Amino acid sequence: MTTYHFTVNRTPVELDVPGMRRLLDVLREDLALTGTKEGCGEGECGACTVLLDGAPVDSCLVPICQVDGASVATVEGLAPAAAGIAGVGVSTATALGPLQTAFLETGGAQCGICTPGMLMAGQAYIDAGGGLDDAAIRDAIAGNLCRCTGYTKIVEAIARTAGTVAADPRPGGPS
Amino acid sequence: MPDLTTRTEPARALVIEPGTITPGRARGAAPFRREGPDKLTGTAKYTDDLVFPGAWFGSTIRSTDAHARFAGLDLDDGFDWSTVIVVTAADIPGENVVSLIKADQPILVAIGGEIQHHAEPLALLAAPDRATLRAARAAVHVRTEPLPAVFDPLASDHVFAAYELASGDPDAAFAAADVVLEGEYRVGHQEQLYIENNAMIAVPSADGGVTIHGSLQCPYYIHAALKTGLGLDDRQARVVQAETGGGFGGKEEYPSMIALHAALLAGKAKRPVRMIYDRHEDLAATTKRHPAIVRHRTGVTRDGRLIAQDIEVVMDGGAYCTLTPVVLSRGAIHAGGPYRCPNVRIRARATRTNTPPNGAFRGFGAPQTEFAAETHLNRIAEALELSPLEIRRRNVYQVGDTTPTGQVLRTSVAGEEVLERAAEAAEFERLRGRHDAARAQRSGSGTVPGSPLRTGRERVASGVGLALAWHGAGFTGSGEVRLASVASLELTGEGEISILTASTEMGQGTKTIFPQLVADALGVSYEAVQIAPQDTAFVPDSGPTVASRTAMVVGGLLIKAAQRLRTQVEAATGGTFAATYREYARSNGTVRIDQRFEPYPGVGFDDVTYRGDAYPAFGWAACVAAVDVDLDTGEVHVRDIVAADDIGRVIHPVLAEGQVEGGTLQAVGYATIEEIKLRDGRYLNDRLATYIIPTSLDAPRITTILVEAPFDAVPHGAKGVGELPMDVGAPAVVAAIADATGAWITDLPASPERILAAIAGVPAVAPLRPGASEPARR
Repeated sequence: MTTYHFTVNRTPVELDVPGMRRLLDVLREDLALTGTKEGCGEGECGACTVLLDGAPVDSCLVPICQVDGASVATVEGLAPAAAGIAGVGVSTATALGPLQTAFLETGGAQCGICTPGMLMAGQAYIDAGGGLDDAAIRDAIAGNLCRCTGYTKIVEAIARTAGTVAADPRPGGPS
Repeated sequence: MPDLTTRTEPARALVIEPGTITPGRARGAAPFRREGPDKLTGTAKYTDDLVFPGAWFGSTIRSTDAHARFAGLDLDDGFDWSTVIVVTAADIPGENVVSLIKADQPILVAIGGEIQHHAEPLALLAAPDRATLRAARAAVHVRTEPLPAVFDPLASDHVFAAYELASGDPDAAFAAADVVLEGEYRVGHQEQLYIENNAMIAVPSADGGVTIHGSLQCPYYIHAALKTGLGLDDRQARVVQAETGGGFGGKEEYPSMIALHAALLAGKAKRPVRMIYDRHEDLAATTKRHPAIVRHRTGVTRDGRLIAQDIEVVMDGGAYCTLTPVVLSRGAIHAGGPYRCPNVRIRARATRTNTPPNGAFRGFGAPQTEFAAETHLNRIAEALELSPLEIRRRNVYQVGDTTPTGQVLRTSVAGEEVLERAAEAAEFERLRGRHDAARAQRSGSGTVPGSPLRTGRERVASGVGLALAWHGAGFTGSGEVRLASVASLELTGEGEISILTASTEMGQGTKTIFPQLVADALGVSYEAVQIAPQDTAFVPDSGPTVASRTAMVVGGLLIKAAQRLRTQVEAATGGTFAATYREYARSNGTVRIDQRFEPYPGVGFDDVTYRGDAYPAFGWAACVAAVDVDLDTGEVHVRDIVAADDIGRVIHPVLAEGQVEGGTLQAVGYATIEEIKLRDGRYLNDRLATYIIPTSLDAPRITTILVEAPFDAVPHGAKGVGELPMDVGAPAVVAAIADATGAWITDLPASPERILAAIAGVPAVAPLRPGASEPARR
C-alpha cells in the first residue's frame, strides 16, 4: 500500500490504502464522512458528487491514487461551524451555508439522498461564477439525478444563491 | 482522526427567528422541513450510514431461470465454508412466506421447490468482509431443471384477482349511440427509482428476536413478516426506520423480504448483518409498476356526451400476488376516468407470469388505466371535431353524479375547477389553434418527415395536450376500516409533546406536517411539538405510509387526539392548554392519547358486491403539457407543464408543490423514456446506465396550481397529494405529441421508435409491446 496525502474540507489527511480504492469508500468508510452517498456505483446518478480541486466528480469513479496531493470538498464542509438553528423545531449544533439555506427555504431537498451531491454540483457552479440562467443551472446539475423534486425547487435554490452570493471562497479550493 | 466536518473560515450562518409562525396558525404556513438541516449537512443517517461494530455483509443468491425446479445448491469443496454463513429455506424457523395478501411468495425457494421468476431469492450468504463474500458467491452453484414459462398475461390462466363493475345497460346504450369508438392501450413496467437503494440491517437481540434498521415505508408490514417468517412474538420483532431516501411505493412490500433475509443471516451468524442492495440488484429483483393492457369501447352522442363505456383491464402481476389485487382494484375503479356515464361495464383481471413480481408504485394502478381513459377520450374528441377541453367540460363529474361503484359524489368535487384553472393558465385553446395551423401548413406543403427538402424550421413541431384525472384518497373500499389505524399523542411528565405514529418520512414531509397539525390543534408553537422515531417498540400501528393517506387519515387522527388532550388539560387546569400544559404534566405525569380510526360518517363499501363508496373523497388533477417533437429523430422535449391539483386544504404549500412537481416529472418519464425491456422473463436494462429517468435537462418547467376543495369529514379538510399528479402527466404528454404530429401513441413510453412509426403510419420497428418478454436466445 502507498501513503496518500490530500486534504478533505481543508483538513490534511494521510492514509495508507490500496491505490484503486474508490474515493467514495475512503470518505465513507475510512474517514467516516457518510454525508456523501452511493446511488449507483457507476457514475450515472451523481449522488456521490464531491469537489476535487474545486471540480465536481463522481467519487465512485475516482480511485484514491488520483487524489494524492489534491483537495477534496464534501457536504460536511459546506456549513460554517456555528450555533444552532432555531425555527425548525429541532435543536442541532449545525448551521447552514448560503446554498444549504436556499435549499431549505425553497424545498430543494425532499428525501435528501441526492442532496449532498446536488449541493456540491450547485456549489461548483456558484464558485465558478455561474449566474441566474435557468438553462445554465440545469446544465450544471445534469449529472445529478433527483427522483423527488422534478428539479424545479433545486434550480430555484441554486439561482437564489447565485443571485445573492458574491464570490464566496471555495470550500474545497486551495487556501 | 482529524475533524473533517468543519471549515476554518467563517461563513454566513442561517439564523431563523423562532416564533415566525404564530401559534395556532401553522397549517397553511411553510415551516422549514423538520429534518431538512440534517439532510443538508450530511448528518442524516440513512441505513448504509449506520455503524454496527462487528457487522457482517449479506448477499442473496438468485435464480437465473424464469421458471424451473430448484434441484440443488452445490458448494465448492475448495472454499473454506467455516468463514461464512450460508442460509437456505431449511434454516427458516417460521413459515416460509413473505406474508402479505396471499401466502404465496417464499422467503427463499426450498431445494426441490419451484422457481417462479428470474432473480428469485434461493439462498443467502454472509461474510465478515466483502472480499470473502465475493469469493463465497463464486463458490456457490445453483442446479435447476427448467420448466416452461408463461410471459403473456393474456395467455395466463392463473388469475390473482378479477373484478367487474357495471351500471346501467351498456348494450342498449351502444345501440343508441351516435358514434362508437374502440381503442387498445398498453403500458409497461416502471421502476420507482428512489435514489437510495433498498437497505436493511438486522441486529439479533438477547431474547431471540431481531431488530431491523432499514429504508422502508411500512414498519408494521415488516413487523408482521418477521413474526410469521421467524416465528417471533410482537416484542421480539422490532423495526426501526432509518432516514429513507425515497420510496414511491417501491419500499412498501419488498423491504419485508430483505428484512427477513438479513434477519435469517443475523440469527445464524449471531451478529448484525448488513443487507445493502446495489443499484443492479435493486433494479433486477425488486417490484415495478404493473404492465397493463386496457381496451376501451365507448359510445357517445354527436355532441360529445359519454353514454356507454365498456372497458377491459388486464394487468401483469408477475410471479407472485404481492399487492396485485388492490392495485387492480384501484385501477378498475378509476378506469372510466372522472366522467359521468350512465352505462358502464368495467372488467378487470390480473394474472400470473414468470416475471419478477410487480407491486406498489405511486398511483397504484390508476396511472395505467387513466392513461388509457384520457388518451381514448382525446381521440374521441378528435373524431367528433371537439376541443379536448370542451369534451371534458361536457362530461366531467359534478356534485350529485354517480360513479361506476354506485358512489354518489356529494362533496369535494373539483374536476371542473382544476380543468379550467389549468387550461386558462396554460392558454390551452390559443396554443392548440396555433398548432392546428402549423400542422395544416406542414401537410399542405408536401413535405414529409425525413425529407431532405424540409427547412430546419419545419423539423420541430410543437404541440399542447390536456388530461384530467381523479384519484381516490386513502385505502380502497373498506380498507381503512379493516386497518383500524391508531395514532397517538403523548404529553410527558417533563412537559414534552410527542407524536407517536408509524407513518414514515421518505421526503414527502410527514415529519413537518404532523407537528403543524398538532400544534394548531393544541394552540402551541410548531417548535413545541416533537415527533417520535418510527420504531415499532414505541409507536402504534398507524397503517402503512401509502395511498396518499398520511395527511388525510393519520393527520386527522392526530388532530382528534390533540383535541382530546387539550380538552383534558384545560378541564383540569381552567387555563389555556398552551399556558398550563407544562404545569399539568409536572403534577400528573405522562399522559398518552390513543386515537383509533372510525369510519367517516355516511361512507360505506360492500366488498362482496363491490358497490358503495370506493373512497371517502377524491382528489382531482388537470395537466397541460407543451412539447416539441423532432420529426427527424422522434425525440420529444417536454417544455412546459401546468398542473392544477385539488388536494383539499393545503397543509404546507411548499411541500405540496414539491409533491406535484416530483410526481409530474415521474409521469413525464413514464410517458417518454422509462421502459423495462425483457428477454426470457429477465429485465435486460437492470442498471442505471440503461434504465434512464429524466435529468434536469429533460425536465419541463412546471407551474403548480393548488386548488382547495376540502374534505369535510376530517377536521383539517386535507385529501392527500402524493399520487394525484402521477395520473395525468403521461396522457397530457401523449396528447401534446398528437397535437404536434397528428399521430396517436397508444403504447408507453412514447419513444422515438414508436413516434416515428406512428407518424409514418407503420408498426413500430421494435417488435415488442410494453411489458412483453422476447424469447430466450439459445
